[in-house]
Amino acid sequence: MPIFNIPNVKISGIASSVPVKVMDNNDYNFGTESEKQLFIKTVGIRYRRIAEKGTTASDLCIAAANKLMEQIGWERSEIKILIFISQTPDYQIPFTASIIQDKLSLTKDCMAFDINLGCSGYVYGLSIAASLLNSLSAGKALLLVGDCSSHCISTNDKSVTPLFSDAGSATALEKKEGETMSFNLQTDGNEFDDIIIQDGGMKSPFSSDSLLYKEIEPGINRAAINMSLDGLKIFNFALREIPGNVNNLLAHSIIDVAEIETAFFHQANLLMNESIRKKLKINADKVPYSLYEFGNTSSASIPITICNKLHNKETKPKTVLLCGFGVGLSWGSAIADLSSAKILPIIEV
Amino acid sequence: MNLNDFTEKFASCFTEKEAKTINQSTEFRKLEEWNSMMALIIISTIDEAFNLTLTANDLRASTTITDLFERLTKQ
Repeated sequence: MPIFNIPNVKISGIASSVPVKVMDNNDYNFGTESEKQLFIKTVGIRYRRIAEKGTTASDLCIAAANKLMEQIGWERSEIKILIFISQTPDYQIPFTASIIQDKLSLTKDCMAFDINLGCSGYVYGLSIAASLLNSLSAGKALLLVGDCSSHCISTNDKSVTPLFSDAGSATALEKKEGETMSFNLQTDGNEFDDIIIQDGGMKSPFSSDSLLYKEIEPGINRAAINMSLDGLKIFNFALREIPGNVNNLLAHSIIDVAEIETAFFHQANLLMNESIRKKLKINADKVPYSLYEFGNTSSASIPITICNKLHNKETKPKTVLLCGFGVGLSWGSAIADLSSAKILPIIEV
Repeated sequence: MNLNDFTEKFASCFTEKEAKTINQSTEFRKLEEWNSMMALIIISTIDEAFNLTLTANDLRASTTITDLFERLTKQ
């Protein structure tokens, strides 16, 4: 099992951003009023943030990064690593991180690349940024994680539309002696099509048929260029895999579950997350949610929840569990220290 | 866990009115309140009560509550 520690790197700051436009699930047509109310209560999502056409995840991440660098006083020339994690890049070619490198006015002495990951992306991204930083003799890293999933969704598909929301984030990492982050990262490609956009890649290139709407079942209408999600299978996956992943990480790190001060889980679904929390026996007051206000923001949901919960706290938690899971299927957890991190309030773009 | 326990837990996910109509031979997908959300609630409730996980395939391949129970207890 890929469980490992990365020494001498700390999280210096986190900023998150969302589009100004708010959609209310009370205004969405679920078919029946009772189904709508059951959804809001069970899944826990009332409001969603939706980016305007042409606004992308990179725009949201850049806004967060600019604010973060201003607040923590970083010089742009110090940044040697720029990682952009998203499933909603600006273009098929080129990769988005190069565009961001230019827009952020970073120097040419900066590696920049994209990673295609979804809901596990924040935890994976921290591990990659920290590992690379640890290999450099000097420099700082900027991890940008975000998605505008609304651009890929059929608004006539009640199995996905009321869930997803758009957001971006920026996390600053730098070297610090004595700090340690721990990770447990896993993958199961056997269920790769549980969350998928069928057309538009090289396996099934875009064609005029990609735009044809089909009724999958009443209330679920989409084309092959839209995202589909098998909610039941994802629910099963999360219950089956996440508690074991977290427990193995805790055992490796010699941390008792009671020592976790705050646990930030990917904001998937209140019922699913609460089932995981109960299996892990983590007290409810240690597990914050941002689902009601911000929905499922895919890869950005962990930093969004961190900013929502901690931006106004003078004392920040030292032993923090981070856990992301979803598309791939991919999942991972991390133990990190946020006690010295600058956590900004969520920015509206 | 026996079939009665399972049926009782299954029924507890529904409103009192609907729950009264539920028995071991109920074809659960024909229940008025049945929808995809209710499926998630049932998976979560059964998992919490019995530490056994109903899968998407169990739900799709079963017609009655007895069918579900039999698939679950074969795990």
